[in-house]
Amino acid sequence: MSDTFSLDGAEVPFEPGQTVMQAALSAGHYIPHLCYHPEFKPHGSCKLCTVKINGRTAASCTMPAEAGLEIESDIDELNDLRRTLVQMLFAEGNHFCPSCEKSGNCVLQALGYDLEVHAAGFRHQFPDRPVDASHPDILLDFNRCVLCELCVHASSEVDGKNVFGFSGRGITKHLIVNSESGKLVDTDIALTDKAMQVCPVGVILPKRVGFSQPIGQRRYDQRPISAQALDDAPRPSTGASHD
Amino acid sequence: MTEKKKLRIATTSLAGCFGCHMSILDIDERLFPLLELVEFDRSPLTDIKHCGPCDIGIVEGGVCNAENVHVLREFRKNCKILISIGACAVTGGLPAQRNHLDLSSCLTEVYLTEPGLAHGHIPNDPELPLPLDKVHPNHEVVKIDYFIPGCPPSGDAIWKFLTDLIAGKTPELGHGLINYD
Repeated sequence: MSDTFSLDGAEVPFEPGQTVMQAALSAGHYIPHLCYHPEFKPHGSCKLCTVKINGRTAASCTMPAEAGLEIESDIDELNDLRRTLVQMLFAEGNHFCPSCEKSGNCVLQALGYDLEVHAAGFRHQFPDRPVDASHPDILLDFNRCVLCELCVHASSEVDGKNVFGFSGRGITKHLIVNSESGKLVDTDIALTDKAMQVCPVGVILPKRVGFSQPIGQRRYDQRPISAQALDDAPRPSTGASHD
Repeated sequence: MTEKKKLRIATTSLAGCFGCHMSILDIDERLFPLLELVEFDRSPLTDIKHCGPCDIGIVEGGVCNAENVHVLREFRKNCKILISIGACAVTGGLPAQRNHLDLSSCLTEVYLTEPGLAHGHIPNDPELPLPLDKVHPNHEVVKIDYFIPGCPPSGDAIWKFLTDLIAGKTPELGHGLINYD
């Protein structure tokens, strides 16, 4: 019999070493998240997964599960906060969904749908972020980057290549390409790399794919992310992804 | 018993493509029950040129020129509830993709550098509204009460939103009706 904590009134079992997020997803309880990816060490930066633990806010993706914790997640106060975070991300970058190849498969967009975000509301910044189309097979569109750091980790930890990195601090922080020229063409990135698969938004895109899967038939067009994320979560019985 | 007073609705398209208005027509035969509840003031459907006092204003497209600002302010002044409809009204949309460029370089590129549009000058007829330096979503110019995202939002989304609103409920779209693309 494993220990449990309470999440929105439900008892959630966990294994030693699991975070609140891991235990919740394994047990079929969805907590909204953007920068968390089950295959990588949690980064804890997007704060979408913020929950109230014994009355204090904490990122559930980095918080170790402990027996007896009283956790609130699906409450108006936190969903309002999450909505505001999503709105700020939309206002900070250039997110033009109608012309984005990732539309329908985009985690940021799907979170907006699930949280009923009808508009960013803030003053849009419309930053100037030129794309990098130098690579013959891969397009980089920095306009959509949400600084989740997943490509940085995937490239260094899985691909062993260190293609991506961050530069700058605060509002000037941005994704860079780790090559002499700063261009993707001068790296050894390949279409088969893990770094190609982890971008939650439409920054790292294979060329010549475009809209071959039509809008309306895509991942989050079919099912809301709150349902899809539970299907994708590793299950305790096998440890494998549940498809 | 007196007939219930109909809600008065005005609609307009600013820096939009009229796709959202086409989508309004896409509510199809439900237009008939809708017309039991509402009547139209200024709108491309009526060709009334100026907006009078209305209950609901529906604005497609963002603000890209001086005339857009005047029309949007006219709508705000006259409409109790103002709704931004579609990606351009809500986010600036496609026209706002010029925002990271300098306006004069855009005009130069289109009218002077590019071959094919050769009358040799940037249009300056006084009838033409002056373009703004940047394209703005409507909520950056006036207060907007509600937003219907989508490019365009589906007829079903518009129907759900309007019927919720007319029924006095906070409009909710939900999965399948809320779309940004």
